[in-house]
Amino acid sequence: MSLIDNINKAFDHRIRLGIMSILMVNDYADFKMLKEMLGATDGNLASHTKALEKEDYIKVEKQFIGRKPNTRYSATPLGKAAFTKHINALEKLIRK
Amino acid sequence: MKQNKYLEDISEIKNMMSRSSRFMSLSGLSGILAGIYALIGAFLAKSNMDYYIYSSDSSEILTRTEFSQVYGFSALAIKLLIIAFSVILAATVTGIILTYNKAKKSGEKMWDVSSRRLLINFGVPLLIGGLFCFVLIQQEIAGLVAPTTLIFYGLACVNASKYTLGKVRYLGYTNIIIGLIATQFIGYGLYFWALGFGVFHIFYGALMYFKDEK
Repeated sequence: MSLIDNINKAFDHRIRLGIMSILMVNDYADFKMLKEMLGATDGNLASHTKALEKEDYIKVEKQFIGRKPNTRYSATPLGKAAFTKHINALEKLIRK
Repeated sequence: MKQNKYLEDISEIKNMMSRSSRFMSLSGLSGILAGIYALIGAFLAKSNMDYYIYSSDSSEILTRTEFSQVYGFSALAIKLLIIAFSVILAATVTGIILTYNKAKKSGEKMWDVSSRRLLINFGVPLLIGGLFCFVLIQQEIAGLVAPTTLIFYGLACVNASKYTLGKVRYLGYTNIIIGLIATQFIGYGLYFWALGFGVFHIFYGALMYFKDEK
């Protein structure tokens, strides 16, 4: 088994990497915050969050703040474990 | 080739983690300038107090201007208040301008989630401390006002440090300690103010400026 096996394909994109990084250090983030931080378009960000949601790496909560719909994202324990493994793999590959 | 991409990924992860949880554009230079304003303010306050206390016409300390008669302030109290507010205003304006410049340079937004969070976590203890000082004045324990401002300012810094440059925490601890010491030397509040708000702002501001901005 090579080291590359620990590199998670689900995180192999700058936006997804960014989403996971933000959710690792914040309890949650809403759509607007992710958009501001990552400088992504609505459609682009939505497709990446959907991909991470499908893997069960992030949890999506839709709610209303007053009358405005608000989408909140948080990392699942599975997502956090997977991302930690991914970071460790990256670090090992760099040190090689 | 691949190696580079991994390296980029790691630095992107680190960057996102710190940028999403900490406001990094706080300017060290504004800390230095705030400290200098505080020292100038303390010097002006001291010379005004000396003037009123030692002036040949010692009755002047009791002189109340027309304005002060209406509002019940002595002329000295008004001057000291003006000095205090000028220092706060100058420090705030300088801080905002320099932080705005630094944020623009590093591509960070001045008003985003992280700066809002920083301001709330800094502002809440500070506001409570301010209210508490009014209570001290109301109960005529004015001698504890200077130590109290130092302690609450320190607590505000410690609380806010989780959301900005880590060195703010040490500025906080320093001010708390100076504040606690000051409680034992009532009447010398101005000197402790000059030390905490003046000297140590300059010290930590310079530390931040030369380490992170040069």
